[in-house]
Amino acid sequence: MNNPSANHINKNLDEVRAMIHRHKLNDYIFSIIGLLCLMVGLVTLLTLFIDLIIQGYPKLLSLSFYTDFPSRRAASAGLLSALVGSSLVMLVTFISAVPVGVMAAIYLEEYAPKNWFSDLIEINVSNLAAVPSIIYGLLALGLFVYILDLGQSIVTAGLTLGLLILPVVIVATRESIRSIPIAIREAAYAVGATKWQVVYDHVIKYSFGGILTGVIIGMARAIGETAPIITIGALTFIAFLPPSPVTTSAPFLNFEWLSSGFTVLPIQMFSWLSRPSEAFHVNAAAAGVIIILVTLIMNGFAIRMRYKMRKNIKW
Amino acid sequence: MNTATQVLNKSLTPQISARLSKNFTRHLKERVIEFILMLAALSAVLTTAAIIGILLYESYGFFEYVSLSDFLTDTVWTPLFENPRYGILPLVSGTLTVTGVALLIAVPIGTISAIYLSEFASHRVRETVKPVLELLAGVPTIVFGFFALLFITPLLQKIMPELPTFNMLSSGIVIGIMIIPYIASLSEDAMRAVPMSMREGSYAMGATRFQTAIRVVTPAAVSGIVAAYILGISRAIGETMVVAIAAGQQPNLTFNPMDAAATITAYIVQVAMGDLPHGSIGYQSIFAAGLVLMLMTLTLNIIGHITRKKYSERY
Repeated sequence: MNNPSANHINKNLDEVRAMIHRHKLNDYIFSIIGLLCLMVGLVTLLTLFIDLIIQGYPKLLSLSFYTDFPSRRAASAGLLSALVGSSLVMLVTFISAVPVGVMAAIYLEEYAPKNWFSDLIEINVSNLAAVPSIIYGLLALGLFVYILDLGQSIVTAGLTLGLLILPVVIVATRESIRSIPIAIREAAYAVGATKWQVVYDHVIKYSFGGILTGVIIGMARAIGETAPIITIGALTFIAFLPPSPVTTSAPFLNFEWLSSGFTVLPIQMFSWLSRPSEAFHVNAAAAGVIIILVTLIMNGFAIRMRYKMRKNIKW
Repeated sequence: MNTATQVLNKSLTPQISARLSKNFTRHLKERVIEFILMLAALSAVLTTAAIIGILLYESYGFFEYVSLSDFLTDTVWTPLFENPRYGILPLVSGTLTVTGVALLIAVPIGTISAIYLSEFASHRVRETVKPVLELLAGVPTIVFGFFALLFITPLLQKIMPELPTFNMLSSGIVIGIMIIPYIASLSEDAMRAVPMSMREGSYAMGATRFQTAIRVVTPAAVSGIVAAYILGISRAIGETMVVAIAAGQQPNLTFNPMDAAATITAYIVQVAMGDLPHGSIGYQSIFAAGLVLMLMTLTLNIIGHITRKKYSERY
């Protein structure tokens, strides 16, 4: 141990040990920083939610908040027309976006030949997904409100949001269709099925869960969208309900509601929020709680469903 | 022989022709269905065309009245005033300032989160955190606007008493938090696409996790990470409600985040809230602003797309 080379080795070993220690410490420090960064999102989400509840609870707990129309006085202003408006707009959005989106996805996955035309469609879908939502509002203002003369109505808002979530539905449906093994299609072809029979009896049925997930996520996004609806000029005082879609006499369906004026939850929240009076901010907070609850529940349900499907399906 | 064929033909003809005709309707049905599905897919192309068409059409009216050089170089944007001036620069400066603040928040936190999720986190942590990030991404922007105006701004005012109620700093911070999930999940995808053998090589040389993550995985995934940043920038530029609520609505040529200023999107919202007559110069000005916004995000999306394509080809 006393000879110089052994000392030298010991010294080197110590250095190496110190280095390893230092690097392990770096690992440790980084994993703490990483966890903290991950927490930023979670903490924000919690703070946001708790803050909204604290500011809005007096309104949230009163039943009249859900059954009253908006009012000039903060104390008696309610959400009724916004709740009804949101539901009707979502109905139009669902009817306009889901069939078109699912059909487009089927075409792209099952039918589209590999050529420039299919590429063009694909590029457009991925581009549309990244267009800011307010641009859809400008499209709706120019096209639906003025050129097609639909006015600032439920059908305009529903179609606008429908266009907005179309890429979401298409992308989700395509992913879901793509995960079906080719063997299923081959088996159906082998017993003489036509392409459409394969698609209708097998592809759509097996991808139903994935399509549903995409539709729910898209609808959750549409419920919270504010900018395109404001852009079509729908920020007005609405203290009435649209005509009922269902009537008691034949033909039992009534389509006047489509062209009715409306307000939706995020618009109502925005109009309360943009008033200087603090009393209206309580209403805005309460409306915010409702919006965030609806979107969190829808998204949570969809995410959970996707997770379960991934676990259960083994082709 | 001849007669035999004739007999055969005679007896079988009705059946064969029945089968053939059924075959024919079968083919026709397939064709019709394929055509309908193609029309649905075409809706994506039509939407893009409609967006570009409307923006160009309405902007054309604007640029007949305002020269392009005024639009791009004038430093005052007051289209609704007595003496209207049409310089887009103040709106662009507001947009860029908010985006800059957002990136200062989102890029470090998003990148560190991605590295942690991809290289450090256990399977369980990843499975818990990713859904939460997705939920955060699904929270409607109007709620974040409320948060910026009535939570973050008062909080910042405690530290900086001279901060005005409307300022770009708090909206930038909130938008930054909003785009963390996009940057984190896209960057994580890029890092996970780095082949395991590269990590194993690094570990075999005695590198720690941190060294492997920083010196091997991150450089290998850099184009995917850059694409994530670019898509994050595009989101921040197009974000509307947070800035419309919390950043103020006065166009202001400044890069100081402590000031109040309007962004392109906030201006569109502000004009749409008023009752501008169809075809007036104020009405057309929001389409010109929208065109600038669309060009900015489209350029970024294309660059992001190309960068991502490049990295996916490498492995």
